[in-house]
Amino acid sequence: MAMVSDQAAWHPLAALQVMFSYAFMRNALLAGTIVALVAGVIGYFMALRRESFAGHTLANIGFAGAAGAALVGVSPIVGLIAFGLLGAAGVGALGERSLRGRRRADIAIGAILTLALALGVLFERLSSAKAASVYAILFGSALGVSEADLREIALTAVITLLGVMLIARPLLFATLDPEVAAARGVPVRLLSYVYLALLALAVAQAIQVVGALLIFALLVAPAAAAQRLTARPGLGLALSVAIALLVTWLGLTVAYFTPYPVGFFITSFAFAAYLLARLAQIIARRILVHGTTDPGSAHGQPMAEMIREARS
Amino acid sequence: MMAPRPFIVSATQVTRNATSIGAASQSASAPAVRRGENDCGQAAAQSQEEVIRFEGAGVRVGGRTIWRAVTFSARAGEFIAILGPNGAGKSTLLKVALGLLPLSAGHVSAFGRPVRRGAAGISYLPQRRVFDSDTHIRGRDLVRLGLDGTRWGTPLPGLRALWGGARLAREERQRVQESLDLVGATAYADRPIGEISGGEQQRILIAQALVTRPRLLLLDEPLEGLDLPNQQAVSLLIQTICREAHVTALLVAHDVNPLLSYLDRVVYVAHQQVISGQPEEVITTEKLSRLYDAYIEVLRTSDGRLIVVGQPDEGISHHGHGQ
Repeated sequence: MAMVSDQAAWHPLAALQVMFSYAFMRNALLAGTIVALVAGVIGYFMALRRESFAGHTLANIGFAGAAGAALVGVSPIVGLIAFGLLGAAGVGALGERSLRGRRRADIAIGAILTLALALGVLFERLSSAKAASVYAILFGSALGVSEADLREIALTAVITLLGVMLIARPLLFATLDPEVAAARGVPVRLLSYVYLALLALAVAQAIQVVGALLIFALLVAPAAAAQRLTARPGLGLALSVAIALLVTWLGLTVAYFTPYPVGFFITSFAFAAYLLARLAQIIARRILVHGTTDPGSAHGQPMAEMIREARS
Repeated sequence: MMAPRPFIVSATQVTRNATSIGAASQSASAPAVRRGENDCGQAAAQSQEEVIRFEGAGVRVGGRTIWRAVTFSARAGEFIAILGPNGAGKSTLLKVALGLLPLSAGHVSAFGRPVRRGAAGISYLPQRRVFDSDTHIRGRDLVRLGLDGTRWGTPLPGLRALWGGARLAREERQRVQESLDLVGATAYADRPIGEISGGEQQRILIAQALVTRPRLLLLDEPLEGLDLPNQQAVSLLIQTICREAHVTALLVAHDVNPLLSYLDRVVYVAHQQVISGQPEEVITTEKLSRLYDAYIEVLRTSDGRLIVVGQPDEGISHHGHGQ
């Protein structure tokens, strides 16, 4: 370990070359890239829909799924996806949106979350798996991604991304303006389920890299940061993906050169990105307020302004 | 008997100013107004054209009759207010027109065809939606969703050039801009919707409703929560749209006074029935008092305009919040 850090200090490029020569690091970086791409996209909609609690719940359901898969003896991704889709249906049904577009049943979703955790613990005990595997599910095992895992992750990622691309505009419409979207014939409720299913798929992929507890970092922070930086949907999506990719690569690289876990670095960097974005927003607003005080606002409301002028 | 409550409105002043801005805004919005489908020169014939017709229509929700035997129709370019006490079924009237609620009796047709959900040519502005202050989407994007929010798939900027999508996107951007110009929302269209004022949000939402170039505009309490100048301005804006683009507007309102000088017709919904007519015919002390089952006084100002005083549950509370 000491030798590695020595190399990093003296020859950064050479050290990176050594890093890329390890198959496990290449796999980790590839898997991280795919997961970050998907999380950045789906997280953007999650932040807009204010459904991060649903995302968190689906992650914990994923934990139960992976533990259950170990119990039955199938691939964890099977358990992750099966439980995830089931959970998406449950969260969708119990957390029915009110007409105003908000989730009413936070409590119902919370109940599902605790049930999922309890089931996960039970499955883990029954399957006599080592505590290490539970640890891997909860905190991720980016450095243990195999070629087969990579193929599974890539396949589910393609499905998730195609699904999001198919529903992107009606989903955005239904998210921001559910009543008008429904009146225009957009299947608002169906979209809500489809979206949760896609979120469950994204979570199933991400769990293998960042783990069930830290998944939040990749789903929430880059998207929230991107929304602080821009109000354009296209640019926001691109920024969200870019930030997710950046923190994942940085997290994996820094973890390689230090003895600390990957999940810690990815989540800390994601959080830092969010804080920076907030800071940037505050600064930008200060400048904006000082820059355009009078002329802009007068144009803003021509009629109301004219009435006021005519009155005085 | 209920004591009549006065409105805190300086009515004369408001109207005088409203007419002066009327001229200004009409000239400003004229270029953005829809052309093509409505050839000029047929304006007279068109104004006879029926846009929506209720025939003996009735609605029951949860076993309760909301209203029945409702018959009225609206012609192209008419600006009609739907008024009445709380819970009388004003919004239900709009939902039926949108095809969102089934009828228990009668027919409702729009453009000569039975109403159905998602029908073309109809735009809907639901009861006031307030966007959370951290909704980080531009007003312009919200208007754009009115055009392409119902389309599946995502056009990728590079690929869409292959099938002419780039031109379509350009046309749509232009239509969004026209719509924003028409309502006077261009100056704040690029700011996040959550950060602009309630009146500005309402204007963005009207732009969204107009971007599909509808022939029928259904508005559910668009004046709610706006201060008096904004109530006047939005009323005038809708009148302008009706006149110049021959759009029919059905507007549900709580309080008729800020609207009165802009309306062509009023529809009152109360006690399971509906009466409609010119404001002068319907807005009388006797008719309104019978309708609301409470004493409502209609006053006439020196310049001949009507003021309704003492609508139960309304009036003071409404304007008290004003500015």
